[in-house]
Amino acid sequence: MKIAVCIKRVPDMEMRFSLASDRKSLDPAGLKFEMGDFDGYALEVGLQLIEKQGGEVVLLSIGPDGVQETLRKGLAMGAGRAVQLKTEDVPFDGLAIARALAAELKTGGYDLILFGRVATDTANGTVGPMTAELLDLPCVTSISELDIADGRGTARRELEGGAETMQFSLPAVLTIDEGIARPRLASLKGIMAAKKKPLEVKPAQLGEPRLVVESMTLPPDRPPGRIVGEGADAVPELLRLLKTEAKVL
Amino acid sequence: MAAVLAVAEARNGELRKVAFEAVAAARQAADASGGGEVHAMLFGAPGISARAEALGRFGADVVSVVEHEALGRYSPEVFAATVAERLRASDYRAAFFAASAEGRDLAPRVAAKLGASLASDVTDFELQGDAVIARHPAYTGKVIVTLRLMGSPALLSLRPGSITPSEQPRTARVETMAPAMDPAAARVTVTELSAQISTRLDLGEASIIVSGGRGLRTAENFKLVEDLAAAIGNAAVGATRAVTDDGWRPATDQIGQTGRLVSPDLYIAVGISGAVQHLAGMRNAKTIVANNKDKDAPIFKIADYGIVGDLFEIVPRLTEEIRKVRQNQ
Repeated sequence: MKIAVCIKRVPDMEMRFSLASDRKSLDPAGLKFEMGDFDGYALEVGLQLIEKQGGEVVLLSIGPDGVQETLRKGLAMGAGRAVQLKTEDVPFDGLAIARALAAELKTGGYDLILFGRVATDTANGTVGPMTAELLDLPCVTSISELDIADGRGTARRELEGGAETMQFSLPAVLTIDEGIARPRLASLKGIMAAKKKPLEVKPAQLGEPRLVVESMTLPPDRPPGRIVGEGADAVPELLRLLKTEAKVL
Repeated sequence: MAAVLAVAEARNGELRKVAFEAVAAARQAADASGGGEVHAMLFGAPGISARAEALGRFGADVVSVVEHEALGRYSPEVFAATVAERLRASDYRAAFFAASAEGRDLAPRVAAKLGASLASDVTDFELQGDAVIARHPAYTGKVIVTLRLMGSPALLSLRPGSITPSEQPRTARVETMAPAMDPAAARVTVTELSAQISTRLDLGEASIIVSGGRGLRTAENFKLVEDLAAAIGNAAVGATRAVTDDGWRPATDQIGQTGRLVSPDLYIAVGISGAVQHLAGMRNAKTIVANNKDKDAPIFKIADYGIVGDLFEIVPRLTEEIRKVRQNQ
């Protein structure tokens, strides 16, 4: 089985962000980066599939040379090789990104193309299904359970107040939700091996973006809260505040 | 005058709340661009057309009903092909979807088919000349991004609950439309729709959420959280990642960076210390109440109101007092 996993390098969400002077992007000073949370789940799903059924996982990532570090991490986890689609600026527009990925993926002969459900930075969740459309492949999004056998797949996805089970034919594009498999930690052996695995750099053939960032703002900090009291005796005062001050009850 | 499209979501033959939100948003957009028509699309099994009229109440001028035996459940390829066909057939300024599980799946497919711009999980929008401007929370809610969508139609998926549908009654013309592809030819099919928890209020739609963490110690003790939610009335129940990882609650209940991002009017955190991963999911709640036994727990830094102490004493008392309040209302 040949599996592509598309991963994104995103800022560490635990950091405190500030805006660059153009107020259209984050101030890059001091930003730390990591693999997107859901991309880690997608990679783990791909690795478990080839462990059971044989094959290879190929990693793809779009971005500046910094993404090579993220790709090496994925190689250390067990992917066979990696491709960087190089661009200095990753657009906000999911369709522009999907075009670049589809251009690279279309001749790859992949049985499965995996994405995380959503990138934690731009929070669009559009690139997976858009890439599927551009490649004219079946697609299931936000998968929490997956079974692949005999060229067909069954997946479960969670809905508001329910879930649906979907069947699909391969090749297919899938986006992976949390909870399906916890990403493994790279072993020391894996980290050493990753240094020698092939990492190819190609120009990203991005489409013309039609969705652009006009501005960014940081929501105001929450005003400092207060401790109403200790123990159950504080409950009446809490209720009074919720009714008369916050007006939420 | 360009029209605006709204895709109205239904499940099990009933319109969902987000269907009215999409139509109401389309009405706002149509009125802002000079009063064009709002066209709604409604997919379902035979009989769904009986629901079409209700969309007129919120401002739909035309409802195109796509009725088919196979469309009682979501069919991504058929829905996408049919919405795209509709958008190609006429001059549409914009199209609105719900940023629900279904809409988040559908909207990007349609955008890719048309080469159109799409803003996802939009909380607010306005029309500005030829462009649509949309606001979208990103970076786990730490950054609000204002986006410019270029070209027509501009596609937007709306965060559930971000718009309050107001009635704009009119008699909608109901038309039927054939699916743009044979549903039997779809490569992806929903074989089962389970709604075992359908009576519960969804986290994304609830104005009040009561959430529990490891401080509850066991799965059984989650009853305290459920009792509190029940006493309040219209409240949903959430959980931290630690709790869903341990299987005390289903994964869908998780609020946090890798779960649901919610912004209710009131969020009550019970036995939650306030890990960054959890705060990412709820920090945009309007009012936050926290109870934890550790007065230095990070949750108290963002809680508007905190009570320090044993949740096993405090939460039952809170439930009891709220019952009294509700009885007097």
